[in-house]
Amino acid sequence: MIDPISVFLLLLSASTPILFAALGELVVERAGVLNLGVEGMMIAGALAGFAAAYASGNPFLGFLVAALAGATISMLFALLTQVFLANQVASGLALTLFGLGLAAMFGKPFEGVRAPPMPMGPLRINWIVWLGLAMVPAIWWFLNRSRAGLILRGVGENHDAAHALGYGVRATRAAAVAFGGAMAGIGGAFISIATVLQWTEGMTAGAGWIALAIVVFSRWTAPGVLAGAWLFGGVTVLQLRLQAAGVDVPVQLLSMAPYLATILVLVLISARQKFSRHAGGAAPGSLGINFHALR
Amino acid sequence: MIQLVPRQGVSNGWQIATPLLAVLATMVAGGILFAIIGYDPVAAIRTIFWDPLFGPAASYSRPQLLVKAAPLILIASGLAVGFRAGIWNIGAEGQYIIGGITGAAVALALYPLEAWWLFPVMVLAGLAGGWAWGMIPALLRNWFGASEILVSLMLVYVAQRIAAWMAFGPMRNPEGMGFPGSRNLQQYPSAANPELLTGTGAHWGVVAAALAVLATWFLMSRHIRGFHLRAAGIAPRAARFAGVNPQTLVAFCLGLSGALAGAAGLFEVSGPAGQVTAQLGVGYGFTAIIVAFLGRLHPVGILLAGLLLALTYIGGELAQLTMALPAATVQVFQGMLLFFLLGFDLLTRFQIRRSIAA
Amino acid sequence: MQRRTLLASASALMMALAVPAMAQDEPLKVGFIYVGPVSDGGWTYQHDLGRQAVEEEFGDRVETTYLESVPEGVDAERALTQLALAGNDVIYATSFGYMDAVMNVAAKFPDIRFEHNTGYKRAENVGTYDGRFYEGRAVTGTIAGRMTETNKIGYIATFPIPEVIQGINSAYIHAKKVNPDVEMRVVWAYSWFDPAKEADAANALMAEGVDVILQHTNSTAPLAQLQQAGKYGFGQASDMSSFAPAPRISSVYNNWGAHYVKSVGRILDGTWEPEAIWGGIGDGIVAIGEITEAVPADVKAEAEALRASIAAGEYHPFTGPLNKADGTGWLAEGETASDEELQSMNFFVEGIDAQIPQ
Repeated sequence: MIDPISVFLLLLSASTPILFAALGELVVERAGVLNLGVEGMMIAGALAGFAAAYASGNPFLGFLVAALAGATISMLFALLTQVFLANQVASGLALTLFGLGLAAMFGKPFEGVRAPPMPMGPLRINWIVWLGLAMVPAIWWFLNRSRAGLILRGVGENHDAAHALGYGVRATRAAAVAFGGAMAGIGGAFISIATVLQWTEGMTAGAGWIALAIVVFSRWTAPGVLAGAWLFGGVTVLQLRLQAAGVDVPVQLLSMAPYLATILVLVLISARQKFSRHAGGAAPGSLGINFHALR
Repeated sequence: MIQLVPRQGVSNGWQIATPLLAVLATMVAGGILFAIIGYDPVAAIRTIFWDPLFGPAASYSRPQLLVKAAPLILIASGLAVGFRAGIWNIGAEGQYIIGGITGAAVALALYPLEAWWLFPVMVLAGLAGGWAWGMIPALLRNWFGASEILVSLMLVYVAQRIAAWMAFGPMRNPEGMGFPGSRNLQQYPSAANPELLTGTGAHWGVVAAALAVLATWFLMSRHIRGFHLRAAGIAPRAARFAGVNPQTLVAFCLGLSGALAGAAGLFEVSGPAGQVTAQLGVGYGFTAIIVAFLGRLHPVGILLAGLLLALTYIGGELAQLTMALPAATVQVFQGMLLFFLLGFDLLTRFQIRRSIAA
Repeated sequence: MQRRTLLASASALMMALAVPAMAQDEPLKVGFIYVGPVSDGGWTYQHDLGRQAVEEEFGDRVETTYLESVPEGVDAERALTQLALAGNDVIYATSFGYMDAVMNVAAKFPDIRFEHNTGYKRAENVGTYDGRFYEGRAVTGTIAGRMTETNKIGYIATFPIPEVIQGINSAYIHAKKVNPDVEMRVVWAYSWFDPAKEADAANALMAEGVDVILQHTNSTAPLAQLQQAGKYGFGQASDMSSFAPAPRISSVYNNWGAHYVKSVGRILDGTWEPEAIWGGIGDGIVAIGEITEAVPADVKAEAEALRASIAAGEYHPFTGPLNKADGTGWLAEGETASDEELQSMNFFVEGIDAQIPQ
């Protein structure tokens, strides 16, 4: 009936924006920072990337600019939380509000025009989709095998200990936030440059919030993020695909399922850690807590 | 080198001065923004901050400040209690939605019954719905150690989908010509939450918000549980030795903030919104988190912060109307205000000193 | 017909006489309330073009303002009241969810005229207006039926409400008329605007073998996907001409200016009445965008002939014999559907192999 390969191909591109944003947020959270401003950074990337691609005619330059824009706007969050020690949850929400407004304000001149076509990569799959897939092992390697990744995780698990060992907690976190912003920017630009080929206000339509859920589902691992992006993207693609084939599906109930699955995963990993002292897969120890060195 | 030194306790002077400084800084930065895009900065700032209070249509907009601020204050009061204790409920949006649905469900099930007790029962149902939705993260944290931040956030998404399902399915108005959305409770006298005194705008939600401010102030400053909460937030281990049960606190805080958010949802559904729709959640639960922090987690601060935010919403609408300022610009301006308020908060908790040696 | 023309020319004469007097008066203030930003490129954008058409037509005699991005629900009533207090003489509320708020505010301001878009409640000072979008879908359905090579056409639907169901039925009936082998696939996106999901929906339909897609959602995402696959689609809400000549081979767009100019004109000459206006191609409210050179000349001529006969009132897109999907009879040979039936339509016609979600 339904060809699984066609569903998988749809899934690959459908999950790309949330994959990028969630991979970025993964690194941010592993450094102990909870940035709820993903949606704001995505929309900033969507606009800046589209504008650059449109002006230059080169979609890849668009993605580069999108990464820069996402990283730049994320520095507002880094400034608030790392320098001014403001609450991370409130600052992230403010960043989302600010990013959505800013993009809408500067987006006026780019309405109604079209982005240049995106050249296809191998297997007629977009280059950026390939890049997203390549980022999964790269980030896994960075977090688990590289020295910088080790420091980053140390900062996220226990910032006091990391500080005592002489590592720069705030600089590490600011760098992680910037990386998260860049990745969210690319994710947002994928929607404007590769999916819609136009700029429209509010076009990310909540993808940033889904990315936050995926990071939890992933148990804070890069392969887990890929699985989560495919689960969340897959439920949407599959239900649309079933509908197209004329199958009656309970859309609202089905769309709740990934979130319930995420809660279940979270409970299972928390329980395993609580009852068996079997560490791994739990939230970073210092997640969401600001660091201030007394000396 | 500039160094930050934590203050002994929180500075009272700065606590009052920083919000004023932040508003001033926003006016300057916002004024520059308005000037750059070609609007008169003085007129824009005056329209946003002054006209809703003292402008030509102030007799209407002043009460509307209360209506707009009420749900924010009601939700933020509950959230702040938990935040003080280090318990992070960021899913008030979901508790708001569920409270609205359970409260409305009572009315829709009993329609067209007219009885004096209907509205009080709806309020109880709203409180219970929000409480129950808040207890899910509480129990999962107490039983399994699951982060209440993440579980409560996930439950927002679930609640949003339940609202859409209700609006299109079980709660759809049978006389609504096939359109989504429940019956309008404003037109169901026993279930409506109308303006209590004409011209004041105040509905039961405004009354509830005022009560919540008083009650949380009493709780935090006069009641032993408030002391436990603050102790748990500052020194969790010490609090435990002093006999504070952390599990009880988690259940108390999430239950309380959930119930208040649920009540806010019910007051909106039976009042300003009127019906259960897929867009039942309009972001009050998230905005209330910002309000709680802008108010420095203090009941009186929350009251003022809620009113300030309401002022920028209503002033922003006026600026759209009278100056054709785009909605996006108003949104950027609000974002600036939040950034400045959050950033300047540093001054209440730290002193800035030049360090002696570099 | 004769009498109406006579009246119209009489009022035109009176208007001409009244102009010098009017010029000294205050301009007529016209307010609009939009659910989205004016830059959404779809629904709100088209309403704002209508507002601009009013300014162009009447120049100094009118003054227009708008409030954009006003969510349905808690904020609508306040925003409408602000528009009323700002001195607007007529207010156009451009989303279904404003319905009850319009009724409430209109009751408080009996001297202000209101018109509500897509609703069904009216009062002394409240009229309604809407478009017969299904007339446009008859034309695009015809083109789709001719253009498909796989004999499978797709429809990206938004919500299961009468307007959308009319559109699906009309498109299918007319595709089937020119291509008896055609099949219709329907996907419900449960959103009016969600580019990523709309793209997924288009791809899901193409994976099912669909090669021509009609959309009820408002973003250009489906067209972008169709272009990459070399297949065809239609603009919706706005003309979406940046995707012409292919994949966008035509469009159904909302030309609200045709209504606004007429309505404001009637207010200026004092002949406005609260009416239930449901205008189609003939009234200019529903417009068919240019049929591009990707469509063979004979198909284009056929589609244009259909458009002309609908515009002239010679042909009704829902003309019997038609059966419902469950096989029961609906319209007998030559019988046409009544407006009441269409406005509460909740069934597919025979031949569409899909369920309407409940």
